[in-house]
Amino acid sequence: MGADRKDIARYAISLGDDSLILGQRLGEWCGHAPTLEIDLFLANIALDLIGQATLLLDYAGTLEGEGRDGDKLAFHRDVLDFTNCLLVEQPNGDFGRTIARQFLFSNFQLLLFQALSNSTDATIAGIARKAAKEVAYHARVASEWMVRLGDGTEESAQRVAEGLDWSWRFVDELFEAPDAKLIEAGVAVDPASFRPAFDAAIDAVLRDACLARPADRRATVGGRRGHHSEHLGHLLSQMQFLQRTYPDARW
Amino acid sequence: MYTTELQKNAQPTAVEDPARVAEFEARIARDEFIEPKDWMPEAYRRTLVRQMSQHAHSEIVGMLPEGNWITRAPSLRRKAVLLAKVQDEGGHGLYIYAAAETLGTSREQMVDALHSGKAKYSTIFNYPTLTWADIGAIGWLVDGAAIMNQVPLQRASYGPYARAMVRICKEESFHQRQGFEIMMGLAAGTAAQKRMAQDALNRWWWPSLMMFGPPDDNSPNSAQSMRWRIKRETNDELRQKFVDVTVPQAEAIGLTIPDPDLTWNEARGAYDFGAIDWDEFYAVVRGEGPTAKERLKARNDAWNEGAWVREAATAHAAKRARKAEAA
Ligand SMILES: [Fe+2]
Ligand SMILES: [Fe+2]
Repeated sequence: MGADRKDIARYAISLGDDSLILGQRLGEWCGHAPTLEIDLFLANIALDLIGQATLLLDYAGTLEGEGRDGDKLAFHRDVLDFTNCLLVEQPNGDFGRTIARQFLFSNFQLLLFQALSNSTDATIAGIARKAAKEVAYHARVASEWMVRLGDGTEESAQRVAEGLDWSWRFVDELFEAPDAKLIEAGVAVDPASFRPAFDAAIDAVLRDACLARPADRRATVGGRRGHHSEHLGHLLSQMQFLQRTYPDARW
Repeated sequence: MYTTELQKNAQPTAVEDPARVAEFEARIARDEFIEPKDWMPEAYRRTLVRQMSQHAHSEIVGMLPEGNWITRAPSLRRKAVLLAKVQDEGGHGLYIYAAAETLGTSREQMVDALHSGKAKYSTIFNYPTLTWADIGAIGWLVDGAAIMNQVPLQRASYGPYARAMVRICKEESFHQRQGFEIMMGLAAGTAAQKRMAQDALNRWWWPSLMMFGPPDDNSPNSAQSMRWRIKRETNDELRQKFVDVTVPQAEAIGLTIPDPDLTWNEARGAYDFGAIDWDEFYAVVRGEGPTAKERLKARNDAWNEGAWVREAATAHAAKRARKAEAA
């Protein structure tokens, strides 16, 4: 055992950062999507993710006991202290790449939150139960679009395959084990336990989408330790601009 | 919102059966709703399509100036509220397009007219959002003006339009309160925040007054629209109401309305206010607003860059249908 509040806080931050950064990315689409309906569902997903981030980061702040809340954590950390996975910080690219990223992440997050619904930490379990319902919708919509694009036109099949190819090197990182103490204490789950379920879910959709599963490749990792892609710093400079410019203001 | 007369076209009216016209006018006078299958004069149909599509376009283009701040909203709560608001506006666009389609014009035709620059949308969205305070000012003033405009339209004579307005008005008043709350916070904040808030009010005040459209004596189609009950109060009446409601709100949070001529007129029981720069208004209507090119380009880019997605969806649906048939 021996998982203390600081360890749980770190875990909640990595979960919250995943949601925050992907929510931020999806917010960039607002007003610019291929159809009004797509615009609305992307905003919907973004909204759910920002909601999850708020709960998780606020909780992390409480556990830390250092006077930080969700806003402090979201807007006053630099790249090295963000521990989201690399997948969520990837630029939107075209709609094909956005959907491929969403498809992979939401399928992962769904299994993760389903497993975390039984966390021994009651707050994390509660957040995960609520979030799993939201994410089930994200995974469904993203999977439907994978099939539409994969089995649509030649161009759409090519674009979504390129999007999948862009994201594929970041999939293994999703399954890195968190702090062993937390797994032992039943607070966290080892995502390796649901990797087979993830692969099966992905493969089933790719089959329907007439898309090939990309070849295995060397994983690109580092996000959980604060070593990110070049993209995250730019995302943060935009997201945090007001808070950084007016550090003494309340909004 | 955004129901002002921005295009004047005096197209010849087809000769219509006077008995039917009389019956139609009588139904309107009895405040009955006209429904999609009911007979209606061509000019009524045409005016409504123009008014409703203009309204829907305004909701959609209006997503852009506010969407500009989603990635920079200063707190998690503000970000979520703004996302939800912009999403609501997109939803408003959808309902109104759907209501307008019941008049026999497809959404595609309406959207094409927007993209080609043929259709108009509210002048207000051709101004830039420079600071976070603009998000407060838009909610407070622009959604506030929209409510003034739309509340009477809940009793518009065309049923689908009136019902869309009922749904939309609830959300607009929520937006207005949220915007005012942002302004209130800024006005009570640091010197820099207060400056931001006052500057936003300075820039958005006059364009907000222009949202109600040209003065009554230069709004030739208004009388007809009033008779048809697709407009229920005149531009100047609505503008006056807006000023009377908004001035005390500005005072309450310590902001100054940028109008040296603004004075309470005891006799009228209303505020007198300064002259509106109608040259600016007509220029913006002509497409010469400060961000008109950016707005239209953003809509066109989204549409053109998304073409392959829409084609894929159509192609996939056709494949599905063929498979279902073969099975
Ligand atoms: Fe609206
Ligand atoms: Fe609104």
